Amino acid sequence: MTDWTRASAAQMADALAAGEVTSVELVQAHLDRIAAVDADVHAFLHIDAEGALETARAVDADRAAGVELPRLAGVPIGIKDVLVTQGLPTTAGSRILEGWIPPYDATVTRKVREARMPILGKTNMDEFAMGSSTEHSGYGPTSNPWDLERIPGGSGGGSAAALAAFEAPLTIGSDTGGSIRQPASVTGTVGVKPTYGGVSRFGAIALASSLDQLGPCGRTVMDTALLHEVMGGHDPMDATSLDEPVPGCVDAALEGARMDLSGVRIGVVKELSGAEGGFQDGVKQRFEESLDRLRGMGAEIVEVSCPSFEYALAAYYVILPSEASSNLAKFDSVRFGLRVEKATVEKTMLATRAAGFGDEVKRRIILGTYALSAGYYDAYYGSAQKVRTLVQRDFAAAFEQCDVLVSPTTPTTPFKIGERIDDPLAMYLNDIATIPANLAGIPGMSLPSGVAPEDGLPAGFQILAPAHEDARLYRVGAALERSLTEDWGGPLSAQAPELEVAK
Amino acid sequence: MSSLDRSDVARLAALARIDMSDADLDRLSGQLAVIVDAVAKVAEVAGEDVPATSHPIPMSNVHRPDEVRPSLDRDAALAAAPEAEEGRFRVPQILGEEA
Repeated sequence: MTDWTRASAAQMADALAAGEVTSVELVQAHLDRIAAVDADVHAFLHIDAEGALETARAVDADRAAGVELPRLAGVPIGIKDVLVTQGLPTTAGSRILEGWIPPYDATVTRKVREARMPILGKTNMDEFAMGSSTEHSGYGPTSNPWDLERIPGGSGGGSAAALAAFEAPLTIGSDTGGSIRQPASVTGTVGVKPTYGGVSRFGAIALASSLDQLGPCGRTVMDTALLHEVMGGHDPMDATSLDEPVPGCVDAALEGARMDLSGVRIGVVKELSGAEGGFQDGVKQRFEESLDRLRGMGAEIVEVSCPSFEYALAAYYVILPSEASSNLAKFDSVRFGLRVEKATVEKTMLATRAAGFGDEVKRRIILGTYALSAGYYDAYYGSAQKVRTLVQRDFAAAFEQCDVLVSPTTPTTPFKIGERIDDPLAMYLNDIATIPANLAGIPGMSLPSGVAPEDGLPAGFQILAPAHEDARLYRVGAALERSLTEDWGGPLSAQAPELEVAK
Repeated sequence: MSSLDRSDVARLAALARIDMSDADLDRLSGQLAVIVDAVAKVAEVAGEDVPATSHPIPMSNVHRPDEVRPSLDRDAALAAAPEAEEGRFRVPQILGEEA
């Protein structure tokens, strides 16, 4: 009997279309898998078994009746808890929103429903997407399916772990400084941060509005491409949404899978290539091997320098807290969420926010309040915005010499839960290679480059492209993925140790 | 630029409307000082000739047609409120007794 949870989303879609499986069977297989492993993995905050099965039954009935259906109709999906879902609890990983049922759907939620994809549930995340390990979730950490004592990355650790544990074939993430790409890297899965504005953020609980972008997560480049095309496109409800066609992600992935990269110029960012400290040996090794594979497919590899990246992390940790401190002001105990009742409304707000927010959220709100306060604004926020210009100029100069840029996604393989929780700066360094893309608004992908020889844990390969050129990620990513998986005999996720299954 | 001290954190927490116990201040102040010192390096390269970037993809004057369309139903908007009364959000007393 086929274990459908191990199939790719594209294979599931094809099997559904061919009548080899029903959506109800697919959904039930994933619900069974969730029941078997999620007590250990804790990828999900909420499971909507009945809702997912209901969608599946309707899709199966329509298919039987000959109704024309979207490509991914009937393929189940998990949604990061940052997106509002009408009728399903939405918390963004925070206790301050515990039990909140949104009265409307995010645009991306609506698109997923219109694509007729059964929603399995909501995936765990660092509170308000602040973190790189999912340890800052108000509901407890998610574990990495490769080693349950290790972090699955963050903030979208739930979305990545659900894929690596075969609890869902596709999930949705959000990436403010790497929250899609870094979890993909440490779980051996694929994640894409589209160009800023490429996917509507209406109904996404905002962290830092000039950096946030929603994107697709999957186990293969093609699956991610299919979901990207479902999510993308202009939305009048989001003023920052790009009014341009959705990039041709699927066609680009098909082209890449032909493994011909002649004429493609690939730039290795000197500052992010591991020559500097902090990059683990096995991560560097897998990165270099991947470069050799790209070269072997005809790509030209050039080295480029982006000197301002040295300041990107600092700029990010000024801009993000500043915007977050403003965005999170809405959690005031008045319209939704927690209220800790005191004698006056002000005391109620003070007590509610003290009780409802975790430490990392408090740190960042205070940092942002400081950076925006009179007398400090120019030195911090103003300077950080200038660094942003310098980072953009570095990218512009680099993209004159090459079509895409590459680096390891994150400096190390996944670390142990608890290892960096009390050292915020060490935690922030996880995002050193992913943050520049958010500052510049450009698209980025992480895909597996293999396991590091020294610890057997996944390492990630990052590809960056100029704004609006998301398709290039899929072409280069699909080429590298095919080269690697032909040698591995399947996706890297198949190499993860089997999880113990609850009876 | 001077680093943050405990009294700064207490003042900022009050501005951000977050109650902080002594234990909270002990725990967070040191961490925040380290972070503030680390991010202060943004000022090192920000010359006067460098323009600021607020949004990564330049856009201006984004409009959509000014058309009447359905909006959230009042009861739906109030449904998740901690307290509501007569079709409105209800909050505790706004003005305190003490100065």
